[in-house]
Amino acid sequence: MGKTFSEKVFSLKAGREVHAGEIVTLEPDFILSHDNSAAILKKLPSIGVTKLKYPDRAVIVLDHVTPAADNKHAANHKAIREFVAAQGITHFYDVGRGVCHQIMVEDGYAYPGRLILGSDSHTPTAGAVGAFAAGVGRTETAGVWVSGGLWLLCPETMRLELAGAFKPWVSAKDLALAIIRRIGADGALYLAVEFAGEATASLDMSDRMVLCNLSAEMGAKNGYFPPDAVAAEFLNEPNGKHAALLSDPDAKYIAKHSFDLGALDAMVAAPHTVDNVKPVGEYKGKRIDQALIGTCTNGRIEDIRTAAKVLAGKHAAPSVRLLIFPASMKVYRQAIDEGLVAPLVDAGAVWMNPGCGPCLGAHEGALAPGEVCLSTANRNFKGRMGDPNSEIYLASPATVAASAIAGEIVSPKEYF
Amino acid sequence: MGKVFKYGDDVNTDVLFPGKYTYTVSEPAEMAQHALEDLDPEFAKKVQPGDVIVAGKNFGCGSSREQAVLAPKYCGVAAVIAESFARIFYRNCINSGLPALALPDAARALESGDTAEVDFAAGVVRTSKGDFTFPPFPAEVTAILEAGGLIEYLRDKYAKK
Ligand code: SF4
Repeated sequence: MGKTFSEKVFSLKAGREVHAGEIVTLEPDFILSHDNSAAILKKLPSIGVTKLKYPDRAVIVLDHVTPAADNKHAANHKAIREFVAAQGITHFYDVGRGVCHQIMVEDGYAYPGRLILGSDSHTPTAGAVGAFAAGVGRTETAGVWVSGGLWLLCPETMRLELAGAFKPWVSAKDLALAIIRRIGADGALYLAVEFAGEATASLDMSDRMVLCNLSAEMGAKNGYFPPDAVAAEFLNEPNGKHAALLSDPDAKYIAKHSFDLGALDAMVAAPHTVDNVKPVGEYKGKRIDQALIGTCTNGRIEDIRTAAKVLAGKHAAPSVRLLIFPASMKVYRQAIDEGLVAPLVDAGAVWMNPGCGPCLGAHEGALAPGEVCLSTANRNFKGRMGDPNSEIYLASPATVAASAIAGEIVSPKEYF
Repeated sequence: MGKVFKYGDDVNTDVLFPGKYTYTVSEPAEMAQHALEDLDPEFAKKVQPGDVIVAGKNFGCGSSREQAVLAPKYCGVAAVIAESFARIFYRNCINSGLPALALPDAARALESGDTAEVDFAAGVVRTSKGDFTFPPFPAEVTAILEAGGLIEYLRDKYAKK
């Protein structure tokens, strides 16, 4: 019986044969944390250890409430900066550099075959380049900091076969929502999700990050794109220097699903669960107060290009607050270089700093009672972006941009 | 025997402990007051030590925030029984020393108003709807639960060195 990618990474790291279903203690290549580092570092005294075992394996990114929204957040950030200096942590990103999951891929921490753990549920984003990347808790992160390792269950794998090509106005976000619609928010619970099939070759790194990011909303432990020519080009290693770990052809999959990209329309996830998904037409006419383009799901240059394509020469409805949060400063800088900033300013957009923005409801665009936000983010849980009586709808950058113009949810079809 | 508080499917971490408090509320007593606030505003007032939360599928989906585990733990909740758990929430339960049991039969049978008690040594949940058995946890998980959580487990480990 062949082995899955997960079994190969676990076996390599454990130094022995590991099969799905086994619990082993492994040392990750990198351990990611963000503003929550302030809470994590407070756990060290209770463990009775003061120094990190491998300071060079910690990646800390301030992104969640940045720049600090109030004195409590400011104190947390300050404590993190002091900790970073005291521990000699070199992989530190202060406010405005970007959302942590974007940084992990953009700055090369994510790499084929690496094991990456992160104190954030969207850590699986790094699976886009072929890493095994999973989210863990804060206490676990403290545990990795001091001991270098953590208990992990080697997951079974679900294989998602992709075929066909998107219609022009349909994107990886719509596919991800369609997958979640079919399998449910618990469809891949505890599982590794492996993307496969002929259509993967047509998905660029940004698309792959969207799908791996949203694997968390399928309940998955990690999402994984087998490294191929697209990954090699992204990693600037055209000769395949990276030693790719791939699932064997006869590896055991616990479930398989197939998706025809060509059959998909733009999708919308309605409140208050990410699997409450229908084609965009079903929500046509739903009034929106805020349109958000950004977050770790859809704040990349490709997404901003799409927004500019739809919005250039047009204007957001006067009743809509259109906010753009580039996923990183590199993305922001590229948007400037490509001349995408001015047309979107002219279209009524507010350019915000790279970071999570209002995605978790703490600042920079939180919602009032009864308000509706159409967002490119990954979660629409009740109260997540502010008041418990506000509503979050999730969609692609194209749908959000088109709807911002209309002042209500519309299909982006006519712009493509 | 503790009281059962029964909830449905896909209970997410935002309603277990609202995101707006995650970076500002960290004292156990204060955290306990906000437990399940957006799901059941009465929960924090009614819950007693030894009570049990029972829920449907995918309990604890959403963010990785540990307060979603700590808030009910600080209320004195003895165990969480669900048809299935979101992965990170399950991990957080074990690592915080709050036993989490994926027991679909028990989760479906029990309702608010029932009573339940978990006997870990015997591997059985005794309830007003009958007994439900479960297989023992793997050794590494048992060691952490026995120590009272991952922090305590690591503290013992490094203290012994
Ligand atoms: S952008 Fe949103 S989902 Fe992504 S890391 Fe930040 S808070 Fe989490």
